[in-house]
Amino acid sequence: MKNIRLIARLDVKGPNLVKGVQLEGLRKMGDPNLFARKYYEQGIDEIIYIDIVASLYERNNLLDIVKKATKDVFIPITVGGGIRSVDDVREALRSGADKVAVNTAAIKRPELVREISQMYGSQCMVLAIEAKKVAGGKWEAYYDNGREKTGIDVVEWAKKGSDMGAGEILLTSVDMEGSGKGYDCDLVNSVSTSVPIPVIASGGMGEISHLEKVIREGYADAVAMAHVLHYGKMTVMDIRNEVMAKGFNVRKYDNAKGYNS
Amino acid sequence: MPKVTIVDYGIGNLLSVARAFQYCEAEVEFADSPDAIIRADRLVLPGVGAFSDGMSGLDKKGLSDHIKEYSQTGRPFLGICLGMQMMLDVSYEFGKHQGLGIIPGKVVPIPSCGIEGRTHKIPFIGWNELLIPDCVTDWEGTIFSGIGLRSSVYFVHSFEAIPEYERNRLAVYDYNGQVISAAIRSGNLYGCQFHPEKSGPVGLKIIRNFINL
Repeated sequence: MKNIRLIARLDVKGPNLVKGVQLEGLRKMGDPNLFARKYYEQGIDEIIYIDIVASLYERNNLLDIVKKATKDVFIPITVGGGIRSVDDVREALRSGADKVAVNTAAIKRPELVREISQMYGSQCMVLAIEAKKVAGGKWEAYYDNGREKTGIDVVEWAKKGSDMGAGEILLTSVDMEGSGKGYDCDLVNSVSTSVPIPVIASGGMGEISHLEKVIREGYADAVAMAHVLHYGKMTVMDIRNEVMAKGFNVRKYDNAKGYNS
Repeated sequence: MPKVTIVDYGIGNLLSVARAFQYCEAEVEFADSPDAIIRADRLVLPGVGAFSDGMSGLDKKGLSDHIKEYSQTGRPFLGICLGMQMMLDVSYEFGKHQGLGIIPGKVVPIPSCGIEGRTHKIPFIGWNELLIPDCVTDWEGTIFSGIGLRSSVYFVHSFEAIPEYERNRLAVYDYNGQVISAAIRSGNLYGCQFHPEKSGPVGLKIIRNFINL
């Protein structure tokens, strides 16, 4: 059985970690790297930083944050927000990112997905999709943090992105984001069963049963979490132990020493 | 302070590799010239992306022959991910490409289904447990010294390394019943398919062991 990855998602604005509801109504939470470091020590499997403003200035700011994180956080780091070109990817990787998440620029010019995966390998090209439900079993891709609609069908876009070389899909439900009411399992299932690459479910995590459902029914390969961690409702240890107790495979991690011996 | 030389051939995320070695109290130097490679006390060959891009990156800088020459000195060598795959003779990633040939073997696609025949996701991205292959008795004296069996480390790859001789496999992992090389070894030459610099405290311990070889 596959190992489910537990991922902390840090939405960043300027120097601050922020958290909103449905990607709006932002609240400042402090230095993102204090959170990253804490989750790393608790045994999180990966960290995703998303620059939610994504202007040129803000992106450089985010890359400085990532550079600092790499001094004491030794797990995979994904950076998203404002990645518009192969040059932007190079800068992100040079700053210590392992992968980039691309949404807006890929929608505007899908060829970018191919260019990035050819230049740096598909393992570093994460296609970020913001999905809003339009009807039963139908979702539309959005960009600019769920503000701009595209008319593009999410499942079709995921297939196309995968064909063009994306190595993973970060799938955020705009409807469920920040709600704490659970992932959109139908959405995750529709995408995960349509593409041969891993899918990260994002948006809606509020309690352990939500993880269980999106893994079992949504076939998620990885789960991203934000406010349950940021507000300290659960620790990574709690989540890992509970997910294991439900019978899923996760990374073996000894919180006392960090490794088995 | 022990010195580690990281080969810089224009691809890959050198910063995180360097940061992990620095965290483990090594002095890090980047090398993009034949001279710096030959002089190294410990040589690290990182790499992500496609095999042919990696090899042509090395060839463009004229480094391949010098890495091969270094590999015969008996000093410690660590290939990471693509760097590990390039240690072998040949890869079948998008055509057939020659590798460095410092450990006999080949690089082929990960089977797209498990042994029960059910398809699984490629690339394999995530944490998996290190296992000891049948022909290895224990990890004492290697870079896995003190690492517990079934410790989890982070992998991301679509192609797998198959050494010609089983004795060159130091660790394996299980992907739905498929046994895949996690690490290869010949004397002081080591290759890790996983990313020790991204594998938390387990990875850092492996890096410390390498520094102390």
